[in-house]
Amino acid sequence: MGSALDVHRLQFAFTVTYHYLFPQLTMGLALLLVILKTLALRTGDEHYNRAARFWAKIFGINFALGVVTGIPMEFQFGTNWAEFSKAAGGVIGQTLAMEGVFSFFLESSFLGLFLYGEKRLGRIGHWWAAFFVFLGSWMSGYLIVATDAWMQHPTGYRLNASGGIELASYWHLILNPWALWQYAHNMLGAVQTGCFVMAAVGAFYLLTKRDLPYGRTFVRLGVLVGVVAAILQLVPTGDFQGKMVAENQPATLAAMEGLFVSQEGAPLAILGQPDVEKRQLDNPLQVPRMLSLLTYQHWSAHVQGLDAFPANQWPDKIELLYYSYHVMVGLGTIFIAVMVLSVFLLWRNKLYESRWMLWILMLSVPLPYIANTAGWMTAELGRQPWLIYGLLRTIHGASPRVGAGNVWFTLLGFMGMYTVLSILWLFLVYREIERGPEPENAQHAGVTPLAAD
Amino acid sequence: METIWFCLVAVMVAMYVLLDGFDLGAGAIHFLVARTSEERRQVIATIGPVWDGNEVWLLAAGGTLYFAFPALYASGFSGFYLPLMIVLWLLILRGTAVEFRNHIQSPIWIPFWDFVFFLSSLLLAVFFGAALGNVVRGVPLDQTGYFFEPLWTNFRLGEHTGVLDWFTILVGVQALLALMMHGGLWVQLKTHGAVSERAEKVAGRAWWGVLVMTAVVTGATFVLQPQVIANFHTWPAGYVLPLIAVAGFAAVKFELHRKNERNAFLASCTYFLGMLTSVVFGVYPMVLPARNPAFSLTVQNAKAADYGLKIGLIWWVIGMALVTVYFVYVYRSFAGKVSETPDSPGHGD
Repeated sequence: MGSALDVHRLQFAFTVTYHYLFPQLTMGLALLLVILKTLALRTGDEHYNRAARFWAKIFGINFALGVVTGIPMEFQFGTNWAEFSKAAGGVIGQTLAMEGVFSFFLESSFLGLFLYGEKRLGRIGHWWAAFFVFLGSWMSGYLIVATDAWMQHPTGYRLNASGGIELASYWHLILNPWALWQYAHNMLGAVQTGCFVMAAVGAFYLLTKRDLPYGRTFVRLGVLVGVVAAILQLVPTGDFQGKMVAENQPATLAAMEGLFVSQEGAPLAILGQPDVEKRQLDNPLQVPRMLSLLTYQHWSAHVQGLDAFPANQWPDKIELLYYSYHVMVGLGTIFIAVMVLSVFLLWRNKLYESRWMLWILMLSVPLPYIANTAGWMTAELGRQPWLIYGLLRTIHGASPRVGAGNVWFTLLGFMGMYTVLSILWLFLVYREIERGPEPENAQHAGVTPLAAD
Repeated sequence: METIWFCLVAVMVAMYVLLDGFDLGAGAIHFLVARTSEERRQVIATIGPVWDGNEVWLLAAGGTLYFAFPALYASGFSGFYLPLMIVLWLLILRGTAVEFRNHIQSPIWIPFWDFVFFLSSLLLAVFFGAALGNVVRGVPLDQTGYFFEPLWTNFRLGEHTGVLDWFTILVGVQALLALMMHGGLWVQLKTHGAVSERAEKVAGRAWWGVLVMTAVVTGATFVLQPQVIANFHTWPAGYVLPLIAVAGFAAVKFELHRKNERNAFLASCTYFLGMLTSVVFGVYPMVLPARNPAFSLTVQNAKAADYGLKIGLIWWVIGMALVTVYFVYVYRSFAGKVSETPDSPGHGD
């Protein structure tokens, strides 16, 4: 069972991580598209409509990949995590089914209209199509986060006579306080991905001296929305998220922070490598008393280290959890710096000429993807050894009859298929960027189209 | 309450089969009805704006099954592990093909995706049919409520069945032919000229195949699954369902003969509804029959707690009302036949 369990976990981790590369961009871009369509509507300037059309193409490619890689997620609850599904399906099936009924239908119906129906719908109609795509994708995000939040912090349930988990209160499931903060934090992450991607494409155009009006629009919109998202990501959403972990999953907090020993005035580790066997942090670079202050608003507050908990309550991948958390926080801090600096330059009318800043914006494009992935890894590794915190351990959640051989087969299959999808994705997105927002104007001398069309 | 949800899930699955069925069918006959790249573009354009929404019925039905009958979801999905994973891969390939085909006008890009679209559609039709065959035949559930079926064993109906045996393969072939007919009727309705004519011919020929296979599979089902006969005995009103299927099926031929494209497609929908409701009626109250009837999953032992089912009914009704509005709106927006010339550059992709 042990080895099959590891493969089940690896497959889910792999497929969900890969899947989330797409929704994080489409959810972020959906907001930016609504903004672009609103600007087009209010100013009557066709420039914004062309910009929106350009991003709609990139959105379409990413959305398609998000759909096809998302279907396996719902299936895998049943195929790979049958015991979990049997135990909790009556509760989290609610949010998952609602996602299908309320979000996917909305998104898929209006995406077709948004991508193919601009002429038929007219200006106002097309704005609504964009808005419904945005609404559908953000609602979908909420219902998935609510599902995860219930696994992190179960509410609104009761145990029946035979030990099964039943839904007891619909509203406690839907309005789980954990879900509200996690959702805000998560969506800001998605908005940052959208903003960084938009700003990076804009910076690319400005640096290569093509499509300049669009380059300026993309950079401006990207950094103006991005700076708000980057700051809110830290305060209040990240802060509250951390406090909820401290209150409800104290062993997780200790592992995230690499705090092996309980102490008053606990330091905040900036760098260092956890040595779980020796229960210490190697090469630590720490800010004294900071962890106590951030968690409990007091310099000398007592913070529980891992030694306060029996080892069978510890997350089972402490090292990875520690690094995921530190990568997320480190990158989040860098994002604030990049965005604030960009907005400052924009305010001084220097951003479009500051090649060094444009270079930074362009090269930053992978970072929000890494930060979002690290954030989810922190949440999911931090929940271990539980599948449903305090209710069901991960070792008791997998499908009893599906052996390691079958899961390896499908995991390798997914890896192969997703490699192909990655190549297609890079190729098609790059091609759209290369063609630019005005593909009908053959103005880009020296730019060779990748295919004759 | 559980019977209501049994019916609602069945309705959602039926919607999936009706809607995604025509785009799967269109894929399976892709090369039969369209000879040139431009004609193939037309076939894909008939489903382009709607296939994604159609496929959502599968996800929504899956999600609904998950919360209404969690034990069934757990047992069925893990038991059919490999075939479901293959279905996922086919769905991924197919979605990618439809979405990416027209991105690059190249003589190797387009035919490649056309072929992927055709093959994945065809195999999906067979697999979905085989899946239905498995549910009808029953699976080797034991007292734990779990089972595991490999893809195939010896293709016989013994103790150790695989997902594919002679019966489920027959159902797979029936499904493929029926969806080819359904897809053909859709394509003839949505296209002009040569493509439309060929699609009509394919549908007309597939009709005969469906006739034979429906008779064979129905006969085999009565032998294999005694519950079906018992149910029709107990509630003779149920006979109306197969009669609907027969009427719809006859109407397909009649309307094809009259050249009424729209009615022929609707008749095919009626056939599918009649067949699926007959199957569902036939296996009730089982949701997953076991080879040993004592271990069958039924609406009672697979259902979620009543409170959740009651709450679900409220949002389900609201949600479906909205969905109906979207679908009517989308299908109206894309009403009429697809044009014989590609859209002007810059519009759509």
